[in-house]
Amino acid sequence: MSKTRDALMDPLFNTNPIALQVLGICSALAITTKMSTALVMSGAVVFVLLFSNLFISMLRNQIPTSIRIIVQLTIIASLVIVVDQVLKAYAFGLSKQLSVFVGLIITNCIIMGRAEAYAMQNPPGISMIDGLGNGLGYAVILAATAVLRELFGSGSLFGVQLLSLASEGGWYTPNGLMLLSPGAFFIIGFFIWALRTWKPEQVEQD
Amino acid sequence: MQGSVGYNLAFAAAVCLVCAVVVSSSAVALADRQDRNAALDKQQNVLLAAGLATDDEKLTADEVAARFAPMTQVVVELGSGAVVDDVDPAGFDQRAAASDSTRSRVAPENLARVVRLPDAALVYEVRDASDHLEMVVLPVEGLGLWGTLYGFLALEGDLRTIRGLTFYEHKETPGLGGEVDNPRWKALWTGRLAFDETLTPVIAVVKGRAGPLADDPYAVDGLSGATITSRGVTNLLQFWLGPEGFEPYLTRLRAEAGG
Amino acid sequence: MEHYLNLAVTSIFVENMALAFFLGMCSFIAVSKRVSTALGLGLAVIFVLSVTVPMNYLVLNYALKPGALAWVHPSLASYDLSFLGFLTFIGTIAAMTQVVEMTLDRFMPKLYAALGIFLPLIAVNCAILGASLWMMERNYDLAESAVFGFGSGVGWALAIVALAGIRERLRYSNPPEGLRGLGLTFILVGLMAIGFMAFAGVQL
Repeated sequence: MSKTRDALMDPLFNTNPIALQVLGICSALAITTKMSTALVMSGAVVFVLLFSNLFISMLRNQIPTSIRIIVQLTIIASLVIVVDQVLKAYAFGLSKQLSVFVGLIITNCIIMGRAEAYAMQNPPGISMIDGLGNGLGYAVILAATAVLRELFGSGSLFGVQLLSLASEGGWYTPNGLMLLSPGAFFIIGFFIWALRTWKPEQVEQD
Repeated sequence: MQGSVGYNLAFAAAVCLVCAVVVSSSAVALADRQDRNAALDKQQNVLLAAGLATDDEKLTADEVAARFAPMTQVVVELGSGAVVDDVDPAGFDQRAAASDSTRSRVAPENLARVVRLPDAALVYEVRDASDHLEMVVLPVEGLGLWGTLYGFLALEGDLRTIRGLTFYEHKETPGLGGEVDNPRWKALWTGRLAFDETLTPVIAVVKGRAGPLADDPYAVDGLSGATITSRGVTNLLQFWLGPEGFEPYLTRLRAEAGG
Repeated sequence: MEHYLNLAVTSIFVENMALAFFLGMCSFIAVSKRVSTALGLGLAVIFVLSVTVPMNYLVLNYALKPGALAWVHPSLASYDLSFLGFLTFIGTIAAMTQVVEMTLDRFMPKLYAALGIFLPLIAVNCAILGASLWMMERNYDLAESAVFGFGSGVGWALAIVALAGIRERLRYSNPPEGLRGLGLTFILVGLMAIGFMAFAGVQL
């Protein structure tokens, strides 16, 4: 039981894929200007990660080592195409905003990384839980970044105006930097700083 | 057995087959819905420019279709302004046409920084029961600060008064140039005049505030902190309303209305 | 000509893959500790991007787009395979990196020894796939794809070499414990991104 709990909980804070292993940051930064896009993206990544870990783990004893990377990529790419098609059909507006970043889930290192490091060695059940844990670890950082960026950048959450903007006669002058790329880098940087102050064993020594 | 070339090939083939079936069936099953969404999205943008819908409204597919019903899609040849009959407007993709060298040409030097001009463009006309023109919606595009702004400009039946302007795709800085999306700024366009008495397109986004409609009909408030975006909007409107853009088409419509 | 020059400048500075669109971030952060290795990876990325973007353009226009198969047989013109884009693009990229690796090994062993370990990393670098997807979104033609691929590569390489230069110097500084390494790198990249924003609106 504790192994299951570890597989699920560890990636959230102790071995967070973004904060500790620097995996899958590309999309984490690009689509966090709004809560809605961040959540849809997290959902897509969790889905792909769950099933890629499941299928690859099921096939782990059959996949020939010499072609395993391309087999993994094929499975992941197929899952991503399905996600992309579903988003285009049922959430067209959001899929337009996510543009190429849905496709870039394929090269999200978290997915390849977990497939290679975990699913290739472990049975399907626990691999799925590992996928879920890592997906949630990714989602936690995305959601935290998106809350800060949307709240301070546009004064809203989920598109609902919380702080009344100066340009509409209110009091809040939005911090435009939050919505631009440097804002995202700063937030992740400070987030890692906070996490490592809380858990000093994650500090890099070099 | 495992690790032999034959096994590898067979395994790869099996994986490909399974993935191909999954991917293709999802693509085929969802294709109709996706095409509908894309068409709907475009119609909604036209409705926004025409003032027949607002940003806050969440319209269902049927509502969009109902509001879109009075619009006639017309493909017009830019050079002559004549209607092109042999192209189906529903399947016409202006951006694809502009990048296809057989259906477009290199644009002459222009301030809007339009690189290629399509031979034909898709416009939307609204006519009343007696075939009298009530409104026309024109596609416009041009360079802002970060990239190309794509939008629609709606003109009233007199072909001088602006009914609305909306940009459905742009990359301007959020909070500064990105305010082209702000409904309050977009509302400023309604009622302003695109052309002066000599029918030259003079509408411009000015620095600071524009005067009241009666004294200053050809100007719209600038976007504060976004000089280049504001200038871009001016340039793109003047380009598309000018001789390389829709002038021949608008001239033809005016002649029809006068005659 | 001016148009292509413009596109190159835009893709190198204004729309820098790493700093404006966050692409290729994993290796960007992980392999920027030393200038020499950063330069090696940067060169490999330029090379692979310049090859794969035009390559994927050909795949897209002669195999996937609606009507693209008409050159095989007119009856195939009605097929639209563009939903296979992701899969074929990543396939082309993986295959191309493999080909590049083998060619270098055979003809330029010195360069191979320098780039060797980075080439496999590149197949899963989002900057590479991202550039191809952007090529598709923006409807570039063949020449534009080539320029765009090359320019994006140069921009990415420029950014990673600059970052590595700063990080080498940082070894002598004494930041707070928790900020050391990753945290500080992110903040640095943010500052660099602000610097690159000065190129906004640059047009030739």
